[in-house]
Amino acid sequence: MRTTLSRRRFLRLSSFTGAGLIIGLNGVDGKAFGQLVNLSNDAELVGVTPFVLIDPKGGITIYNTKPELGQGTFQSIPSLIAEELDLTLDLVTIRQSGGQIELGADQFSGGSASIRTSYTKYRKVGAAAREMLVTAASQAWGVPAQECITENGKVLHKASNRSATYQELAATAAKLEVPKEPKLKDPSKFILLGKRVKRPDIPLKSNGTAVFGIDVEVPGMLYASIERCPVFGGKLISFDDSATKKVKGVQQVITCERLIGKYRFEGVAVLADNYWAAVQGRKALKVKWDYQGYDKFSLTAYEQQLRELAKSEGVVDHTKGDFDKAYAAAPTKLEAFYETPMVSHSPMEPMNCLAHWKENNQIEIWTSTQVPFSIKNSFSKEYKVKPEDITVHVQFNGGGFGRRLYPDYVHEAVQLSKKAGKPVKAIWTREDDTQQGPFRPMTFSAFKGALDANKKPVAFQHKVISPSIGAATNPNYDKTKTDGGMTEGISEQAYEIPNMKNLYVHADMHVPLAAWRAVTSTTLAFSHESFLDEMAVKAGADPMAFRLSMLDSKHSDTKRLLEKLKEVSNWDKPLPAGWGRGVAQWEFFAGLAGNVVEVSKKGDGIKIEKVYAVIDLGTMVNPDMVEAQVEGAIVMAITAAIKNGIRIENGKTIQSNFHNNPILKITETPPIEVFILAEGGEKIKGVGEPGLPPLAPALCNAIFAATGKRIRRLPFDINKI
Amino acid sequence: MLNWCLQLSFMAAITLTVNNKQYKIDVDPQMPLLWAIRDFVGLKGTKFGCGMAQCGACTVLMDGNPVRSCSTPVTAAANKKISTIEGLSDNLEHPVQQAWIEFQVPQCGYCQSGQIMTAVAFLKKNPNPTEEQIDAAMQGNLCRCGTYPRIRKAVKRAAELMKAKPF
Ligand code: FES
Ligand code: FES
Repeated sequence: MRTTLSRRRFLRLSSFTGAGLIIGLNGVDGKAFGQLVNLSNDAELVGVTPFVLIDPKGGITIYNTKPELGQGTFQSIPSLIAEELDLTLDLVTIRQSGGQIELGADQFSGGSASIRTSYTKYRKVGAAAREMLVTAASQAWGVPAQECITENGKVLHKASNRSATYQELAATAAKLEVPKEPKLKDPSKFILLGKRVKRPDIPLKSNGTAVFGIDVEVPGMLYASIERCPVFGGKLISFDDSATKKVKGVQQVITCERLIGKYRFEGVAVLADNYWAAVQGRKALKVKWDYQGYDKFSLTAYEQQLRELAKSEGVVDHTKGDFDKAYAAAPTKLEAFYETPMVSHSPMEPMNCLAHWKENNQIEIWTSTQVPFSIKNSFSKEYKVKPEDITVHVQFNGGGFGRRLYPDYVHEAVQLSKKAGKPVKAIWTREDDTQQGPFRPMTFSAFKGALDANKKPVAFQHKVISPSIGAATNPNYDKTKTDGGMTEGISEQAYEIPNMKNLYVHADMHVPLAAWRAVTSTTLAFSHESFLDEMAVKAGADPMAFRLSMLDSKHSDTKRLLEKLKEVSNWDKPLPAGWGRGVAQWEFFAGLAGNVVEVSKKGDGIKIEKVYAVIDLGTMVNPDMVEAQVEGAIVMAITAAIKNGIRIENGKTIQSNFHNNPILKITETPPIEVFILAEGGEKIKGVGEPGLPPLAPALCNAIFAATGKRIRRLPFDINKI
Repeated sequence: MLNWCLQLSFMAAITLTVNNKQYKIDVDPQMPLLWAIRDFVGLKGTKFGCGMAQCGACTVLMDGNPVRSCSTPVTAAANKKISTIEGLSDNLEHPVQQAWIEFQVPQCGYCQSGQIMTAVAFLKKNPNPTEEQIDAAMQGNLCRCGTYPRIRKAVKRAAELMKAKPF
């Protein structure tokens, strides 16, 4: 598929004022993705991805293609390009891309993927632009290119004392061919990458000027608040809006459809001049729902079903050696069953979207989202408009954590705008956000482990019993196969155990489910690494030594990680009486990290005294940002371990707001120390998620060490152990 | 229900003093101050997080005291001096903002206006806080991104900055 885009349209997109230098990658034509191209002289831009724009009469613009959720891409992604151009960020205007076809399909933030997948790709973009600017200067001055250097947005030739700004050189550079393999900078010369660079969005977030989705206004817009069925799966029968219409400011009451995963749920929207009026009007609505029998659903009963399902064999996820034989023959065996809850994402900015379906069938969207590119494409199919007729203005996201991978709230606003004939801003209440899902699913886990006569682990089995995110999002989900999304990481751990058989048992569920920061690793790491601790105890071994004894040199990353944890936590140093420490590590698609947690007995409960974290990255962009992400991941992980979780009874979510779905407070936050392993190299791991999974097992292992109590179900009450 | 709604639809002209500027607005007297500030005064730095005094994202100062604007009816704010994040300083020179930048506190940033306003009011009352006092003062402000370790450091630093150069 080739997408053609007129130069005029492109110039409008970039507000480019003259013949300058535009460097990109050809992106839409999937076959040749990643080839650098010069877009400056094209009358027609064909399937291209411009990232750096040097305007002779203006500034230097670099696109950030990964929505900023708090994870730092607003600084890190443009830095990859700026570094190669020897530009500090104060010389650059950073723009957030909005899923423009010509900027490529990977305009999303998710999977801790931004840096690990773009590190070299975007550096090449900057390096190519630099080479062209240098060539332009050296030709104009008649000096060898090798004698020219670049700094502060200029090319310099010191011997002849000449210099020219990138802007002055842009028009000439624009006529040159793009170097195919531009030379990348020697990392020892980096001014941005790997450094503690201050993030350009921090000042905006310290004086209230950062614009989030919820802050955008356009003239003539209406505000909407939407009543949805409190029982998942219910259908709208009818509604009475006579009282609603009497509320001052209410303009219209219309229905819309929420597309979430494979589900479509109808809702009744109250549109008003201001948001408060819309909310008051909504309270006055009388809506009749047909619950379709789903009001009989009880999560307590569902959990019992999962326990029953655990007795079935399930499908094989991964095998190694002969588990059944080795387990049967082993002298020492143990079994355990672990349970985890559903949880909500609860980003601080509730879901919201401003949409304008215009008369010419062009759609303009202003929202906080993780997935601008996929919005353009999926909405194009759903609403039968061309992708280029959909404009997405991605705002700063007030948190994502996976919730904003799902544009259900964008669908609602788009439909409401079409029906109302006006721009409509739909804002979810916190109650909507807490009660309507999608939720992170629970996983239940059945384990079998065996030790040989020398107390070495000889057989291991992790059976996962759970509903599935895949089944909730894909109508063609195949229940007869294992589900990599729900067994995430369990067969990827580096421990050498000769006989293994991991299994999956699928359970149906009608509630919308979703990826949550670090996805299924957030529940499976807890059970998996806790059970390994049980095996260590059974073997009479120190949990750290037990883990290290299962790691050979092939698994140097995990080994190095644990050794670092051992060192920084002073693992072998005795703790005061009543204290305990626990360790856990987890490797999965997003990366690798580990924790040592120290706890002490306090009254009937436990106090978390300290968390040590090590994250393994290979190469990183901003150590300060990495530390911030790991700190935040740990806070979020503690919430998920010790706070309520989501309960559903009579088909309805019981929790509604932060009073009964609490998140950790500053007073409950332990001291956290983060250590980064980043020795360089091309093998780059993710940052945003890996800090989260090891916390719960390390905490529970520490509690066992302090109290002898093994926690096998999350959440637990930390004040009553 | 019906009567209650009709009752709500009375409108009242109210004068709000926000960041030393006066705004005349005509709104439902029950409207929370939060929505009056955001949608009628037009200052968007104050955020909606929960709407029930649980998260602190909507914190503004009323005569110097932190209040949850989502749970304060707009009428209660008439004749009071309201300060929002926008009125804190012209160029981020408030010591709390300086400390926030120094420690790179915000992640997504959504809770941070509320965090900063709470810290500003607290440090005015207690210029020499202990770590426990900082925690206690900030505990009503939730942060889903988990910036608490940095908030602790930044509030402490802001206290030092204020001592060196009162704002
Ligand atoms: S929005 Fe006011 S306290 Fe949460
Ligand atoms: S910085 Fe995101 S909620 Fe606090």
